[in-house]
Amino acid sequence: MAEEHTISDSEERIFVAGQMQLMWWRFRKHRVAVVATFVVVAFYVVVLAADFLAYTDPNTTEAYRLLMPPQPIRFFDNGSFRPHVYAVSGKRDLRTFKRVYEADPNNKLTVRFFARGYKYKLFGFIRTDRHLIGVEGATAAESLFLLGTDEKGRDVWSRMMVATRTSLTIGLVAVALSLVLGVLLGGISGFYGGAIDSIIQRLIEILRSIPTIPLWMGMAAAFPREWSVEQIYFAITIVIALRGWTGLAREVRGRFLSLREEDFVTAADLAGCSRKRIIFRHMIPSFQSHIIAAATLSIPAMILAETALSYLGLGLRPPAISWGVMLQQVQNVEAVALSPWLLVSAVPVIVVTLAFNFMGDGLRDAADPYGI
Amino acid sequence: MQDDRQPILSVRNLKTSFFTDEGIVRAVDGASFEVHLGQTLGIVGESGCGKSVTALSILGIVPRPGRIVEGEILLRRETGNGQSQEVALTSLGDSSSEMRSIRGAEIALVFQEPMTSLSPVHTIGNQIIGAARLHRKLTKQEASELAVELLSLVGIPRAEGAIDAYPFQLSGGLRQRALIALALSCDPRLLIADEPTTALDVTTQAQILDLLRSLQEQNGMAIMLITHDMGVIAEMADQVVVMYLGRVVEEGPVDTVFGESKHPYTQSLLRSIPSIHSTPKVQLPTITGTIPHPYNRPAGCPFHPRCPDVMPGVCDHHEPELQSVGDEHLVSCFLYHPVPETSS
Amino acid sequence: MLAYAARRLVLAIFTLWTVTVLSFIIIQLPPGDFVDAYMAQLSATQSNVSEQHFESLRRQYALDRPMYVQYLKWMSGVFSGDFGTSMMWRKSVLDVIGDRLAMTMVLSLGAIILTWAIALPIGIYSAVRQYSIGDYVFTFIGFIGLGVPSFLLALVLMYLGFTLFDSDIGGLFSPEYQLEPWSWGKVKDLLYHLPLPAIIIGLSGTAELIRVMRANLLDELRKPYVITARAAGMSERSLVLKYPVRVALNPFASTVGYLLPYILSGSVIVSVVLGLPTLGPLLLGSLVAQDMFLAGTIVMMLGALTVIGTFLSDLLLMWIDPRIRFEMVQ
Repeated sequence: MAEEHTISDSEERIFVAGQMQLMWWRFRKHRVAVVATFVVVAFYVVVLAADFLAYTDPNTTEAYRLLMPPQPIRFFDNGSFRPHVYAVSGKRDLRTFKRVYEADPNNKLTVRFFARGYKYKLFGFIRTDRHLIGVEGATAAESLFLLGTDEKGRDVWSRMMVATRTSLTIGLVAVALSLVLGVLLGGISGFYGGAIDSIIQRLIEILRSIPTIPLWMGMAAAFPREWSVEQIYFAITIVIALRGWTGLAREVRGRFLSLREEDFVTAADLAGCSRKRIIFRHMIPSFQSHIIAAATLSIPAMILAETALSYLGLGLRPPAISWGVMLQQVQNVEAVALSPWLLVSAVPVIVVTLAFNFMGDGLRDAADPYGI
Repeated sequence: MQDDRQPILSVRNLKTSFFTDEGIVRAVDGASFEVHLGQTLGIVGESGCGKSVTALSILGIVPRPGRIVEGEILLRRETGNGQSQEVALTSLGDSSSEMRSIRGAEIALVFQEPMTSLSPVHTIGNQIIGAARLHRKLTKQEASELAVELLSLVGIPRAEGAIDAYPFQLSGGLRQRALIALALSCDPRLLIADEPTTALDVTTQAQILDLLRSLQEQNGMAIMLITHDMGVIAEMADQVVVMYLGRVVEEGPVDTVFGESKHPYTQSLLRSIPSIHSTPKVQLPTITGTIPHPYNRPAGCPFHPRCPDVMPGVCDHHEPELQSVGDEHLVSCFLYHPVPETSS
Repeated sequence: MLAYAARRLVLAIFTLWTVTVLSFIIIQLPPGDFVDAYMAQLSATQSNVSEQHFESLRRQYALDRPMYVQYLKWMSGVFSGDFGTSMMWRKSVLDVIGDRLAMTMVLSLGAIILTWAIALPIGIYSAVRQYSIGDYVFTFIGFIGLGVPSFLLALVLMYLGFTLFDSDIGGLFSPEYQLEPWSWGKVKDLLYHLPLPAIIIGLSGTAELIRVMRANLLDELRKPYVITARAAGMSERSLVLKYPVRVALNPFASTVGYLLPYILSGSVIVSVVLGLPTLGPLLLGSLVAQDMFLAGTIVMMLGALTVIGTFLSDLLLMWIDPRIRFEMVQ
């Protein structure tokens, strides 16, 4: 008897669970998707606390520190825990004219937690100069360069933190714009059908059949030189969203088309619900999870679009910092061969793209009530 | 001459289960019956009672994660010069060449959905020719002639043209006929028809049933007819097996089962057929409740939660067994035989 | 059947027209007209060109007339094979492009063929052996393929090629053939260099197609006609290949339509990284130099390639899917 009781209890739980609750239960089963979600969250923590995680001003150039290789942190000093790095001195090799760097084991620079560094506003409003780690009181040349420096002597780690903020928010803004356009046009297309539907469908087909990168390049090349970083930032999100909405619109339209035939929509119609109420109370809630999944899956494409454009020098321009801007310095074999650590900004691009893909996949499966 | 008393197919205590992540589903749980040449065995029950899985088990094509866990399926094969030999299908590998030489050649299947049971991108002729040449040594030309012959045999008009038609160009009834022609392509001795008329309208249903009957008269094959429709059984079957939740609850000659039905489930099924004698404008009796979820099988007799004659303390504690109540008439119900002494 | 083809043709022509308009907009986007830019460039290089020359150029391109006249003027030029003048190269756009258009087509075609050749068998394997180790491995590689943008892959491979094999994997020709006229040896050299960039460009498309094929085939494997064929005694292998794979090929073929823009897009940026003699690096150079007739022409050519390719794939789909041939589905 007791056993039967618990079964009906768990059934009861399933019957009364909301859609989001059901989705979460199903999502939890996808281990990879859950791990991916943690990765994505971690990236957005970096977005929030980019300056805190950086330790030198990402735009400070330092002529004595061009293309310095990564500098390892040593955690123990004579058996006791005291994180430090060796100070590095550079000189020019007279035969190859390359700068070579040599670590000096006698000059240990202590790495401190919550060290003072350049001033910034945490979360945009808390004025502080504390950073997670840092070397206090060091000269600009004798400091910490976890991932080395770029060809202007700027610290790659600090730049990468700030770049993460730019690249990941650009993806979100572009998706938000695409979502508005996609839900609106896809909804109109699917709900009204007929001539409006045909026009929007042809528009989508046309937009999708044009190769995106050349088109983006053409548009981005026209951004005036004198535009500010912010203006270009938003111009790029708009350019990306102009193509990005089509996928979401298709998804929304498909859902509308299938839902229109559903009995509960007919029932709501017969019960005298207004169109607005049918759409917002009955139809959208039943496919919002699909839209969330589709939007998640389209974020990586947006991030990649910005990265590609900036990499080609047509997107964000210095002093803006994004992953693509950083990768601009590795355009050819020579650069890759001489300073391979500059490729490090490719790592977050790949990781975050994969994470969004896995997460979106999990969401899509979880959103489908008929899936296995 | 082969002894007509010997069944062409006997199924003994067949158990087929599906091993899913959520638990084990016992789709068929101890079914036994026999099929004779020239006769039609009807298997009847509500949807989900294991009828189709029984058919797939006989053909050895139970899809993963399901498999036959127990029981025997014996097929009597002709070995030439009037001799015959029993082959245990359950001991053959599902994809062994011997099993494949039986599938389609000795036992053929007409599946329940005429809309999707034929490949949408191959012509009817292509599919029939492909099936025929699997088991018979025929040239393309001969196979194509055979296909035309079969299509006109099953009553498709202008069969010469129909072999070049795609399934979506035919109506549901014609498609079902084409499917029967496909099943007949290797002259099987046992035809399993799984809900062959469910998706069709009533007049077409009658035509297809007539077709099956006349085909049986012509070539003397055995038919195993799976349906949820008691009316179809009454019209077609010689023997009836009534299944509920993977178990046979009643079995016997059609007249006996219809005339002197014993099991409360059979009785309820029969009551739910509209009859010419029933009072107009009175609702037909229905069976209360629904089939329980297969993960949640009731203990004891699986029918007890819905049974009008349930005996508390008996039916929900003990599992009844199929036992004889008369000439060839078997029932699995405690109303007709004693409760076992040992309590579990 | 003809109605279907006609509908597709009308859509293709309409798309083609949109592409020319978009290309023209791109030409017009930078501030000032192109003669201003030309003048600025010439004065930077201190060449002496008379004011009359600029005036005649302005008249030639109808720069003093309304926008639609300029567009019509440009289009009539395009139809007679005159795509305008590249001011960066001071040659006609067509001369600058040379055989780069052909190279782009060869590279894209190579990428598509490789994509298909890899995706089809793997997709079938993954569906038939669902949840096997091989399926997991391919799914994982597929995810990587989807996740790693092609130009980053090109960079990484370039780095690996340099450190491990001490060789430059860029380019489509060995140095000795670079400037040679076409010969049998040069073709062989091209075929030798082609697969790597083609795989890089095709990788994400391959990953996507594997997913499409796997999902389609899994759907088809559950269809009753598979049971019918199985019950007829077909062996599993020939059954799968004859029926469900054949049916699943239809949506697979239709993916060419979106694969093509994808691959041409990818070829632009990968060509820049690997320094391939295709339209990509030329487009980038012309955009940076604001050489707009060249840039607009290249965008138009890339657009036209996809439109034509998509139309051909529609015809292919019609040819292989009887349901479309007989107008049973839209």
